[in-house]
Amino acid sequence: MAYENPDGVKIGLEIHIQLNKLKTKMFCGCSTDYHNAAPNTHTCPICLGLPGTLPVLNKKVVEAAIKVGLALEGEIAEETQFHRKNYFYPDLPKGFQITQYDYPIVSNGKVVIEGEDGEHVVGITRAHMEEDPGKLVHIGSIEKSKGVLIDYNRSGMPLIETVTEPDMRSPKEARRFLDKFRNILEYLDVFDGNLEGAMRVDANVSVHWGTRVEVKNISSHKGVERALLYEIMRQKNVIRRGGKIVQETRHFDEGRGVTISMRTKEEAEDYRYFREPDLMPMRVRDWIPKIKETLPELPDAKRARFIEQYGITDMHARSLTSKIMLADFYEAVCAKGVDPKVAATWTADVFLGELNYRDLLISSYDGGTIGFIHAKDPEVKNSFKVLGMTELVNLFSEGKVSDRAAVEVIRTILDGTEEKTPSQIIKEKGLFKAEDDLVTKAVAEAIAENAAAVQDYLGGTEKSLNFLVGQVMKKTKGTADAKTARELIVKELKE
Amino acid sequence: MITKEDVEHIGWLARIEISEQETVEYMEKLNSVLEYFGQLDELPTEDIDPTYHVAEVYNVFREDEVEECLPQETVLVNTENKQDGAFRVPKIG
Repeated sequence: MAYENPDGVKIGLEIHIQLNKLKTKMFCGCSTDYHNAAPNTHTCPICLGLPGTLPVLNKKVVEAAIKVGLALEGEIAEETQFHRKNYFYPDLPKGFQITQYDYPIVSNGKVVIEGEDGEHVVGITRAHMEEDPGKLVHIGSIEKSKGVLIDYNRSGMPLIETVTEPDMRSPKEARRFLDKFRNILEYLDVFDGNLEGAMRVDANVSVHWGTRVEVKNISSHKGVERALLYEIMRQKNVIRRGGKIVQETRHFDEGRGVTISMRTKEEAEDYRYFREPDLMPMRVRDWIPKIKETLPELPDAKRARFIEQYGITDMHARSLTSKIMLADFYEAVCAKGVDPKVAATWTADVFLGELNYRDLLISSYDGGTIGFIHAKDPEVKNSFKVLGMTELVNLFSEGKVSDRAAVEVIRTILDGTEEKTPSQIIKEKGLFKAEDDLVTKAVAEAIAENAAAVQDYLGGTEKSLNFLVGQVMKKTKGTADAKTARELIVKELKE
Repeated sequence: MITKEDVEHIGWLARIEISEQETVEYMEKLNSVLEYFGQLDELPTEDIDPTYHVAEVYNVFREDEVEECLPQETVLVNTENKQDGAFRVPKIG
C-alpha cells in the first residue's frame, strides 16, 4: 500500500563527507592525519590562508568525487570549476571558502532506499567538492563563551557535499537514506565514517507542503532521526496554534534533543560567489572509464548476489552487506566450506547483535580478522577471527554445542582480553553439549523435584513447561539443547 | 544603478565602516565604473562561448603526496593572541 504521508512531510538533506582516507589535504601537501594531533601542527601557508599562496588541487579529490558520482548514478560534468564563497568567520582564514557553485562535478543522481512503502527513490540534486574550514573551540559553553580557540588542522580538508531532492517523507526515511549513503561511501573506500567529523548533515524539513526550515549541526546519523522528529512536531504545534512557519535556520542541540532558532541576521546571506581565479577549470570526463573499472561491487548488487549465491534471506543479506567489512568477513567464513545459511544466522543475527549491544563499531578487516572499536572510546578495541567463526559454525552445525553455548562463546571473545579459539573457550567453560543420558537424567530430576510445576503444566499452564526446561538447563549448566530438553520433558509427562 | 543602500550593504559585507559622505562618493564612483563596463553590453555576443579563464589551461593537479607542515611556533609567530597552541579570538556572534 502506498504511503500516505499524513503530515505532508518533505525532507531534503545536505551531507558533507570528509575524504579522510586521502593522504593530503585538498590544496596543499599537509597530512590529513591530524585527529590526535596538537592544534595547528598540520598546517602550512596555503591552508592557513596566508597572502600570496597558490592552491593546487589534489588529483585524488577529483577521482573520489567521480567515484561518488558514478556510485550515485549521477552525471559527471563536461566542464567543472571552483568558486569563492565569501564570508567572514574566524574558522575561515582567507575570508572565503573554495567551493563549487553553478558547475558542480556531479548532478542528477539517485539512491534507492527501503522506504515507508517499499523501494523508494531519493534524487541526488548535485555533489560537489569543497574545502573544510578550521575548528573552533569555545572557552566555556557556547552561550557564555569568553572567547574562541581556533585550530586550523582541519582547514583545507577535502569535502564532498551531496545535496538531495526533498524526497524523504519521514525521519525514518532520512535515516535510512543516510545509512545507505554511508554504506555506499564505505564500499568506495573514500572515507572512514568512524573518525570524528567524518560526516555532517544539514536537513531541510517542511510539513503540509509548507515553508521549509533548515536544521544544522546534525553530527550523527542517529541524530538525524531525533532532530527531524522534534522539528516536525514543533512545526505541527505552531500550525495547530494558528501560527505560521517562518523560513529560518535552526541549530540541533544533540544533548537536549531540541532545535533552537539561530537568530536570523537582519541582512540576508550574500556570499558574492565568483570564480576562483587561482584554480584552472577541469575537463575530466575521459577519466570515467578507468575509474569505473575500479568501482567495487556496490551494496545492492552484493545483496542480490548473496541471496543468489548463498541462498540466504533478504534480511540476512541486507544486514551482512550493510558494512563492506562484515560482508567480506562473511564471505571468508563461507569460503571455508561451512553452511552459508548457518553462518549468516550467526554472523548477521548473533554476532552483529552482540556488537551493537556493546556499542562496538566495525573498524577494520584484513582478510583474516575483523576489528572493532568502541563508539565512544576508540581506545577500546577487540577483534574476531574468520577461523573463530568458522570453527564455531561447524561445532554448532555438527551438534557439538548448543545455541546457548555458541552465543556464550561469541560473548566471551567480544568481552575477553586474551585471544582464544572457540574450542578453548568451550573446554574451559565446559560448554560442550551434554551427553543425551545426562540430559535425560536432568529431565527426570527436574520432574521429580518440581511436582507443583508438573501439575500446573498438566493442568494447562504452558508457562510451567518453561520453568521445567529452565531447571534442566540449570542442572546441565546450560549445555543441554533447550529444544531437546523441552521435547524430552513433554514426552516424559505424556507417558 | 547602485544606490546608497547598496553601498552600505557592500560595506557591511566587507566589515568596513563607511561615513555618510563616503557612501555618496563611492556610489558615484561605482556607478561610473559600471557605466564604463556597460559599453560591453553593446557588443553582439550571442554566438560567443563564455570565457571562463583567460589562460586556456585545464586540469592542473598535484599528486597526493605528503609534504612537511609548519611547526606550531611558526604558525603562531605573528600573533600575541594564543592559548594552548591555538589562535585565540573574541567570542563570535
